[in-house]
Amino acid sequence: MDLRFRDAEPSAEERAAVDAVLGPPPSGWEGGARTEEDLRFASGGHEARDRRDLLLPALHAVNDRIGWISQGALDYVCRRLTVPPAEAYGVATFYSLFSLKPRPTRVLHVCTDLACRARGAEAVRRGVAEALGPPGASWRPSPCLGLCERAPAALALEAGEVPKAAVYGPMAPDREAAGRPGPGAADDAPAGPPGVDLTERPEPPAEHAVPQAGRDGLVLLRRVGRVDPASLDDYRAEGGYAALRRAFALGPAGVVREVLDSGLVGRGGAAFPTGRKWEAAAGRPDHPHYLVCNADESEPGTFKDRVIMEGDPYALVEAMTIAGYATGCHRGYLYIRGEYPRAVRRMSHAIAAARSRGLLGDDVMGQGYAFDIELRRGAGAYICGEETAIFNSIEGYRGEPRSKPPFPVEKGLFGKPTVVNNVETLVNVPPILLAGAGAYAATGTAGSTGPKLFCVSGAVARPGVYEVPFGATLRDLLGLAGGTTGTLRAVLLGGAAGAFVRPGELDVPLTFEGTRAIGATLGSGVVLALDESVDLAGILLRIAGFFRDESCGQCVPCRVGTVRQEEALHRLSLRPAPGDAAGDLALLREVGQAMRDASICGLGQTAWNAVESAIDRLGVFSPREGSPA
Amino acid sequence: MSAVPLQPPRRLIEMTVDGQEVRVPEGATVLDACAAAGKDIPTLCHGDTLTPKNACRVCVVEVEGSRTLAPACSRRAEPGMVVGTATERARHSRKVVLELLASSTDLSTTPRAAEWIGEYGARPDRFGPEAATVAQPPKVDNDLYVRDYAKCILCYKCVDACGEQWQNTFAIAVAGRGFDAVISTEHDAPLTDSACVYCGNCVEVCPTGALSFKSEFDMRAAGEWDEPRQTQTTTICSYCGVGCNLTLHVQDNRIVKVSSPHDNPVTRGNLCIKGRFGYQHVQNVGPSDG
Ligand SMILES: Cc1cc2nc3c(=O)[nH]c(=O)nc-3n(C[C@H](O)[C@H](O)[C@H](O)COP(=O)(O)O)c2cc1C
Ligand code: SF4
Ligand code: FES
Repeated sequence: MDLRFRDAEPSAEERAAVDAVLGPPPSGWEGGARTEEDLRFASGGHEARDRRDLLLPALHAVNDRIGWISQGALDYVCRRLTVPPAEAYGVATFYSLFSLKPRPTRVLHVCTDLACRARGAEAVRRGVAEALGPPGASWRPSPCLGLCERAPAALALEAGEVPKAAVYGPMAPDREAAGRPGPGAADDAPAGPPGVDLTERPEPPAEHAVPQAGRDGLVLLRRVGRVDPASLDDYRAEGGYAALRRAFALGPAGVVREVLDSGLVGRGGAAFPTGRKWEAAAGRPDHPHYLVCNADESEPGTFKDRVIMEGDPYALVEAMTIAGYATGCHRGYLYIRGEYPRAVRRMSHAIAAARSRGLLGDDVMGQGYAFDIELRRGAGAYICGEETAIFNSIEGYRGEPRSKPPFPVEKGLFGKPTVVNNVETLVNVPPILLAGAGAYAATGTAGSTGPKLFCVSGAVARPGVYEVPFGATLRDLLGLAGGTTGTLRAVLLGGAAGAFVRPGELDVPLTFEGTRAIGATLGSGVVLALDESVDLAGILLRIAGFFRDESCGQCVPCRVGTVRQEEALHRLSLRPAPGDAAGDLALLREVGQAMRDASICGLGQTAWNAVESAIDRLGVFSPREGSPA
Repeated sequence: MSAVPLQPPRRLIEMTVDGQEVRVPEGATVLDACAAAGKDIPTLCHGDTLTPKNACRVCVVEVEGSRTLAPACSRRAEPGMVVGTATERARHSRKVVLELLASSTDLSTTPRAAEWIGEYGARPDRFGPEAATVAQPPKVDNDLYVRDYAKCILCYKCVDACGEQWQNTFAIAVAGRGFDAVISTEHDAPLTDSACVYCGNCVEVCPTGALSFKSEFDMRAAGEWDEPRQTQTTTICSYCGVGCNLTLHVQDNRIVKVSSPHDNPVTRGNLCIKGRFGYQHVQNVGPSDG
């Protein structure tokens, strides 16, 4: 490789930001000051190239310090890591939190996604535009920020020597004041000021999102609100690390057996049996094995993983250690979405504290097992939660999914056998080991065992994360959340990739098999209640816009199909007479089928699910519906 | 030493394609199996000299037991596989993929595109006149080749040929995301400011004509490009001792483009700037010719 650079110089600040991640440059060949010595030999750059996985952290470092990535900064990062500038540019432009153009240090991300939309985000958007001008460099509409219990919400990220973040929400506590249109008045702007509150306030504690906090009988949320999330002693006093001790007693195969017998399946959306995944990875002869904890949580309406990481961070550290032990990994990567600054802070603190007490490191708990966790931050890309895209993202490539086979347990991160699990999946493991697989499996139903977290948002009295045993009905869950406000129109189960459920179907048991039976899905545990006041066509347009924005662009059915889906929905929602909708509905179906059948990954394959269910089950755009809902 | 390297004998895999028994060597793709069964499957991002990214999805087939369709170009053939190339589902996806491509991209110079659009009954115009496209002006920033990204289907072949699969130059990569993704140099700089070494190996693998010799681009613009009138002559490059085969495309006794046979064991279709673009001396024979 013969790299050509642009000879744009980084500023001293940019250089310092990069060096803080990569260390000082070892020679003139990697961007340091050129010395006599450097001229006597040519460095092949192999060592630098082996650190390609530090590309994303280095880009973050610049973006965090300056607010954007200049040509000089990108050039310097490329020299340091021997990455071709064109490739680094391709990576940097993949992520929506990075900018390659100058912009203010502070950027406000205003959520305009589903849960916030159901609680007045459109009015907030108008209010922000009134206060700050049209969207652009200083503020921008954002996909779901995972703050749905505080909807409508926003996140400000401020670059600097110490980067800052501020969270806003609810930005219009009084929904009427937020200009939430009344029934029938689809798009009427509210009279008077929209009442957007942009005062910075301290963020409420994590348990604020858990209305059940402190109640007896909770398993996964047991400690949230009861322990100081910073305190390892608190965690241990509340039963922490008993499960890891138990794991060492059982041995790796024993742990895998327990997880198999527990019936635990993945909580990240695909519902794959965790024990089978672990068994397959553990048995692979090639080493090293890697563990990746998927905390990219970007499915609109999902915020459960955030609440665990913010409220009980050591639980995830312990669970990852157990998973690593069971599957023969000595290194785990925790990949947290870039929009979760507090979760990143809490998790890095917990990892450091565990390391300093010998609970991570060369000799975990004095048992001769070496395991450590590296935290990686995403940078604004839903697709990086896909189980193979996350590998590319960690390795410093564009977050494009890989084609399967080979599967992650065969060839995953750095081409090695890899276990990828969701945060919630992993935190189920300590309770399994402590209670025993049998007792764990006694909770829930035969097909869906254990407790489950649901992210309840939208038109309910008390939005938040709820823990219920599998088998509780949707009605039970909405009841727990204080019931719906207004007249219920529909519930979106499973997020943007999920399906709508009618008000008449509230007795569906919230299990994998129960939701499947009515043609829906649990997905990542999203339960978004929509009342009659919500403009359903607007929700569908937003779902379509989400997939269009988040498609990686690799395969044609998804890259172009999501655009055509959005265009057709746009026409349908504008059309005065539903009579001529038939052509566009047929088009949606045909494109949807091709996206489902021919896309590479789950994003394209599910991009039409929610729209299809709204058309088929809710009758949106059907002539009987009258004007579009 | 033999010019064609001998390979160890490979086991044969038996499978069925459209009900027909076929045998292919282990390691073959479903596409190879389809070819063995005499099926003509459309492909775009697959190339005979590259490992495909299976991004275009025009080659999808139905594999029994698989939830989604499989890209024939990349899925490995397995013993006992039951493949359907002409099932309703497979034909439907191919048709829609062609519609999506043709409605967003200029396929006028993509070989066989019009034929497939007819064969599958694809109607790219059904998305209406407002349908978003990737239309943009061609990038003419050097004397040797042109990048007309209004014709680009993002097959990744040029990126792979420039980068790790052949040239190791990495002058271009995919930038941006989703429908806005493009093939680009860093910061969209002109090629003359990039790492490009003008080997033209990207032009060689481009399936759409988005990348073309400047000579071809200019002749097309002038309405003079006439492939049936061209002859192709394969010869050996005279610049150095490697012995690359060059195929000279000649129209009206002038070289209009140079390629290299993909099955040539020396080049596998790849050349350097001299072999690819250094042919002017052949036709600049005298002052009167200038
Ligand atoms: C587009 C897309 C986005 C995804 N995002 C996430 C995510 O943010 N978190 C997650 O745990 N799983 C996500 N998944 C599912 C993962 O691919 C994978 O199934 C999961 O991480 C496996 O862990 P589990 O078995 O513990 O659920 C996503 C899948 C797709 C297709
Ligand atoms: S389905 Fe969409 S997100 Fe997935 S690989 Fe294809 S283009 Fe990328
Ligand atoms: S030719 Fe197979 S996906 Fe493009």
